[in-house]
Amino acid sequence: MDLKDLYQEIILDHGKNPRNLGKFENFNKDAKGHNPLCGDKVHVYLKVDENKKISDIKFEGHGCAISMASASIMTELMKDKDEKDVNELIEDFLKMIKDNPDLKSNLISEDDKTKLMSLSGVKKYPMRVKCATLPWHTLISAMTNKPGEVNTEKED
Amino acid sequence: MNIKDIKKEFPIFDNKVHNNDLVYLDSANSSQKPKVVVDRIYDFYTKEFSNVGRSVHYLAVAATNLYENTRVLVQKYINAKDPNEIVFTKGATEAINLVANTFGQKYLKEGDEILITELEHHSNYVPWHYLRKSKGVKINFADVDENGDISIESIEKKITPKTKILAITHLSNVTGAILPIKEIIQLAHSKNIPVLVDGCQGAPHLKLDMQDLDCDFYAISCHKMYGPTGLGVLYAKKKWLEELPPYQGGGGMIGEVKKEGITFGDLPNKYEAGTMATAQVIAFGESINFINKLGIEKIEEHERELTKYGEEILRKNNSVKLIGSPKNKGSVLSFTLDGVHPHDIATILDEDGVAIRAGHHCCQILHEKLGLAATARASLGVYNTKDDLDQLNSSINKCIKIFNS
Repeated sequence: MDLKDLYQEIILDHGKNPRNLGKFENFNKDAKGHNPLCGDKVHVYLKVDENKKISDIKFEGHGCAISMASASIMTELMKDKDEKDVNELIEDFLKMIKDNPDLKSNLISEDDKTKLMSLSGVKKYPMRVKCATLPWHTLISAMTNKPGEVNTEKED
Repeated sequence: MNIKDIKKEFPIFDNKVHNNDLVYLDSANSSQKPKVVVDRIYDFYTKEFSNVGRSVHYLAVAATNLYENTRVLVQKYINAKDPNEIVFTKGATEAINLVANTFGQKYLKEGDEILITELEHHSNYVPWHYLRKSKGVKINFADVDENGDISIESIEKKITPKTKILAITHLSNVTGAILPIKEIIQLAHSKNIPVLVDGCQGAPHLKLDMQDLDCDFYAISCHKMYGPTGLGVLYAKKKWLEELPPYQGGGGMIGEVKKEGITFGDLPNKYEAGTMATAQVIAFGESINFINKLGIEKIEEHERELTKYGEEILRKNNSVKLIGSPKNKGSVLSFTLDGVHPHDIATILDEDGVAIRAGHHCCQILHEKLGLAATARASLGVYNTKDDLDQLNSSINKCIKIFNS
């Protein structure tokens, strides 16, 4: 195991200075996520327009560098994507964290892929995978208007 | 005490963690096990196994004697008056649930109050919470002060004529505060309030004397005392065990069972329904022998010295903020680091073989009061040394380096 894989510069940067942190007035979808084992919390706010496109996305929350960086990078990549692309990216990311060695989707640039792949370091740290996936499960919940809070201990 | 020799009695330290020596600083969560305890489980299953208290054959009689022998060892360890005041449970959590359930059932009614503190572990809050719904009781919390301490005054302030029981920790698993429980018990008794003490952190580290403390109930977690998992002890004054109803029904706890009705067994069987964690109970006897051989006073002294040393070096480290500076502190060092989340601290420390805990340590009420979502916690056991704490400090510096580079 190598800590450098887990705490890459890009993660430390996004962890310390998360992008799109906060809340905006006219969101029309939102969801909360919680990891009761460690107390990490995330609240994702979305503005989805009439074409089912995410025109704005922000998040509030607190947690470790991994969860904060994951939420930050996620919000950057999801802005201006439509529902179909959002779902494809979420699925691709979750599969990469679980099994796949790489991202398959062609929806994002090579640079963005590199950014997203910086989170792949958690694969060697099973206890930390939930830190990386919590914001993504919360985004799914917001997109699908699922009632209640996402809870890392109640995933199927 | 020669700690190097003591450490050799714990086989876990023969293993490497990420190619490093294990620096185990998570004993408040669960302690490691000496070889004598592990061997005792193996020997019992391979040479002596039988169920206890039922059959009359050779093995059953021998196993029953071994099982009851641990009860006497526990009684003596905590200086209880009678071995029948010792009830084995599946953990301290079950011990507290047993009291909350049976005491609540028999004595509590709507409007009654239970007093606990803001320091309590979830296991000394959640079992009482059920009585809010089932009985309509109210739970009050004595305030923790800025040092992470609970004063006698803070307890006194929350006692009302409706307070029916006080449930309080002996030693906080987050701030390390050792509470003046003897004085608190005296205060509660002067107002006719029985007291349950959560002794999960007290029993492994402090000399106990139930007769001197005069508490009504004392809950013990065996796996925190160099003993097996799946086992706890409830000490309860005999009058309570006689007065309270049984907790669970099943084999072994009955007197006579007829279609028209059932009578219950004598103490302590009344509270030990079903086949108990026999091997664990027998092996726990070895944990007590292990502690007695070293001497709990010596262990206390060693841990106090180490805690002081740990506090000193962590206070000198400008990035570290220690949580809690109680008057009387047990061997728990909770801390935060500027700019590094406790979970990241725990992962980075783990890479060096340093095992700590990060999170809310099952004390969300306290963390909310402290305004912290999580803390990192190093906690000590008899096998720890100053070298372990130096390694902790140097791994903490590594965290700071990674996050501030």
